[in-house]
Amino acid sequence: MLILLLEHLSHYTGLGENKVAATYEPIATTTLGSAASSITFSSIASTWTDLRLVLVGTNVSSGYMWILRLNSDSSSNYSNTRLYGTGASAGSGRSTSVTSAWIGDSNLNNSTTIPNLSTIDIFSYAGSTYKTLLSTSSTDLNGSGNVIGFVNLWRSTSAITTITLLNDGASNFAAGTTATLYGLKSA
Amino acid sequence: MATYTLISSNVLSGSAASVTFSSIPSTYTDLVLKASARTDRADYEDYCYVRFNGDSSALYSLTDLKGQAGSASSTRFSSVTGDFFFYATASTATSNTFGSEEIYIPSYTVSQSKPFSLFTVSENNSSTNSTIDVNAGLYRSNTAISSITIQSYNSANFVSGSSFALYGISKN
Repeated sequence: MLILLLEHLSHYTGLGENKVAATYEPIATTTLGSAASSITFSSIASTWTDLRLVLVGTNVSSGYMWILRLNSDSSSNYSNTRLYGTGASAGSGRSTSVTSAWIGDSNLNNSTTIPNLSTIDIFSYAGSTYKTLLSTSSTDLNGSGNVIGFVNLWRSTSAITTITLLNDGASNFAAGTTATLYGLKSA
Repeated sequence: MATYTLISSNVLSGSAASVTFSSIPSTYTDLVLKASARTDRADYEDYCYVRFNGDSSALYSLTDLKGQAGSASSTRFSSVTGDFFFYATASTATSNTFGSEEIYIPSYTVSQSKPFSLFTVSENNSSTNSTIDVNAGLYRSNTAISSITIQSYNSANFVSGSSFALYGISKN
């Protein structure tokens, strides 16, 4: 673990004699001033190695899952395997040839005071192989909620230049929902 | 501009009953706490409280997902006095093994309830006492987080070599 700590120490500046090149750079951030059906990050440069997306917020209506699409692709080019805990049971599921990557929980409520958290890591997003996404969804409402780990695959060899966050259904993201995109460099 | 800035770190040179990060500046967007921990509890593992602002009132809740001894389970804890799924190895575990933890706290200064995620592993080559755990947490306080305290739920001490680091992430 100390080795992991040292690796993370390399991800920032300000270490005096041990200064290393900076990484983990904020690319863009959006905080909704009013409800919106989607949040889009476009014209993503190929400068970094990996991307991290952090989404914190609520839905206007409950019962809809957070999803994302890459390069506006809504074809059946996505699949996922997930591990979830409901507070009562643990389970796993798989979905193949679906039209989006799954990143959130269908139990999202519409409280404006209890936000939900999703973190999404996209590896080698500018490469010419299929793209793997690793995400965690954390939703606790003091009496209900879920925690879910997803691995998603986007079966495209195109570099990712656009990420669109959506709800799987008719709900909008509520005002105050914030999405931030970071770029990580391997060297 | 790069982010993921080290705010403070603590590598123990002796035992300690708790570790606290205090006077956390409000200038970042999110916080990440990473740790490598072992306690002197007479067992394979120890689970530790994570508390914010010294708050031990029942403002925390957890949805937990755990893998241990070949099985998976999920449990819910409502209105509890801290997140106690920060797993450390303990004195009976294989020597020189430490639990690894990461806590991600987004929007730690906003005036609303604060969700957070905790991922912890305790692997010590034991067939029954190694754990992987991820939980969704909620701290139902509108107060900005200015301190984080980690301590053993079982009143044990962290041992020398345990390390803790707090990072700030800025979205701008």
